[in-house]
Amino acid sequence: MKKLIIALAATAAALGSVVSGAQAQEKTKVCFVYVGTKTDGGWTQAHDLGRQELQKALGDKIETPYLESVPEGPDAERAIERMARSGCALIFSTSFGFMDATVKVAQKFPNVKFEHATGYKAAPNLATYNSRFYEGRYILGQIAAKMSKKGEAGYIASFPIPEVVMGINAFELGAKSINPNFKLKVVWANTWFDPGKEADAAKALIDQGVDILTQHTDTTAPMQVAAERGIYAFGQASDMIAAGPKTQLTAIVDTWGAYYIKRTKALLDGTWKSEQIWDGLKDGILTMAPYTNMPDDVKAMAEETEAKIKSGELHPFTGPINKQDGTPWLKAGEKADDGTLLGMNFYVEGVDDKLPQ
Amino acid sequence: MIEAILLTIITAATPLVIAAMGELVTERAGVLNLGVEGMMIIGAVCAFAGSYLTGVPLFGVLAGILGGALFSLLFGFLTLTLVTNQVATGLALTLLGLGLSGQLGESFVGIPGVKLAPIVFPVLSEIPFVGPLLFRQDITFYLSIALVIGVNWFLFRSRTGLKLRAIGDNHGSAHALGISVIRTRYLAVMFGGACAGLAGAQLSLVYTPQWVENMSAGRGWIALALVVFASWRPWRVLAGGYIFGAVGILQLHAQAFGIGVPSQFLSMLPYAVTIVVLIIISHNRRTTLINTPACLGKPFVPDR
Repeated sequence: MKKLIIALAATAAALGSVVSGAQAQEKTKVCFVYVGTKTDGGWTQAHDLGRQELQKALGDKIETPYLESVPEGPDAERAIERMARSGCALIFSTSFGFMDATVKVAQKFPNVKFEHATGYKAAPNLATYNSRFYEGRYILGQIAAKMSKKGEAGYIASFPIPEVVMGINAFELGAKSINPNFKLKVVWANTWFDPGKEADAAKALIDQGVDILTQHTDTTAPMQVAAERGIYAFGQASDMIAAGPKTQLTAIVDTWGAYYIKRTKALLDGTWKSEQIWDGLKDGILTMAPYTNMPDDVKAMAEETEAKIKSGELHPFTGPINKQDGTPWLKAGEKADDGTLLGMNFYVEGVDDKLPQ
Repeated sequence: MIEAILLTIITAATPLVIAAMGELVTERAGVLNLGVEGMMIIGAVCAFAGSYLTGVPLFGVLAGILGGALFSLLFGFLTLTLVTNQVATGLALTLLGLGLSGQLGESFVGIPGVKLAPIVFPVLSEIPFVGPLLFRQDITFYLSIALVIGVNWFLFRSRTGLKLRAIGDNHGSAHALGISVIRTRYLAVMFGGACAGLAGAQLSLVYTPQWVENMSAGRGWIALALVVFASWRPWRVLAGGYIFGAVGILQLHAQAFGIGVPSQFLSMLPYAVTIVVLIIISHNRRTTLINTPACLGKPFVPDR
């Protein structure tokens, strides 16, 4: 019922700005646009938990309407514009695919502040924020190399965008730091959210012999398949331990709450600026779920790597690293710069897949 | 390996076949119900609820069937009694189903489900290769095959089936002959709803035993395409369902094998195949006319 009321409220506000204008004086609206459902158990749920924290922390000053299941593409623009019209002062659009739509709406509404997750296009009233997921994925790779008997993991990927390619590379680099011959099989599901298809991809990878699964899609279906087949897997975006109590080794958990609170406070203070934020493990925007179902030495190794990444001692993309075809990319000791990472469109050596172009 | 792939294909094809068989009967009676996706997702949430609340997955299957049938009754009432536009009402049914199921299922999110246990046939299941594929499956698979055989017999070998087809082809004449058009259509719509509900139950109890909002993810639409693809013939629905399922699964395996076909192209294949088949079918106008229910989607108001 709550969702319905919010939807109705948003529509009503869009139709008659007189009504919402009066209310906007009292509480500032900080709005969220989601690509999935807030209970997907993964990506969107993590954003919604952040929103709930924000609501709890600043609930006396703000309200936090949201729109769920907004498809990427032309519909996104309409949805974001609807939010902007309804009197939102700050809008978080929380999917890579909303990028161009957010840019367009930001141009139309110069007085509204926008923040787009994981994108790279900014404007004076459009900030971007992202999490260094690759730091967590590097740790996953190391654990996989320790735990896999076959030396081969399966990776369920969504779309061939830099963010996902970067994650695959980080995982492979982590694994290779433990086992130089580690292989990574990649399957592109071409969806963020389709439990059936994600499960099919998981089954296909397991049938082809991998004994560890990791995913960059949004539901717990692959975890469930891994549990059924008795292999290990890693959770994505949210702690997925409920779907595989004996299966999940750890999960990279998105913890957006602190960031949402910080930016909303800046908005209320009037100190909000358009920035390109890219935080990682050390900032708490990304956390690791408890390391479980693994021997103590593996756990100790994972914790050590996590500490090194946090302290800055270790950067997952440190040379020598070759590209997939064997040509050198980074010289020994050289670190990849953020620009290259954010536009990553090639695999590193060891990934057993042809990158869709 | 081949066995494992075939098992996955069966799981992927079963919900498509079941939902399409229901829609086939509905459309043969002259009613176009575009709400398959909505009825399917309602079936999925009801099935999960039934299984979770009673602890017996089989009750979940029943709940799914019942949920789908009841939900389709709403469509029946609107289009048959109030004579609303079938296309618009069907689309509305899908939207309503997606929203309503999210609401109903809010408390079930994140709860690991119980997988429907397979029914093992004693001797037959021991046959190598064939046994595990055909005789160690859950009830939804057996029902999908039974549906194809049963519907085929019903439509083309039984008197009631003949009447149903007559209604779909010319409701005016059927009415003049004293056949109850509205009653038959209500039953056909509910049969379609029950099948979509059963397909939904397969999703939340077998395919991925859990409840997630929007978990049908467009399978209802594929089922609708399948009916046209099959030119309203039950056996072709079975074949088509398995072709669609196989293309989806094989493209994933091709990727894992490292075959360098762009995955976007492979994801597109089922739909491309449908379009090609539609072109082939429509090329031969005579067969099209034989199989297409002539009154499909047309409203019927008894004049007396």
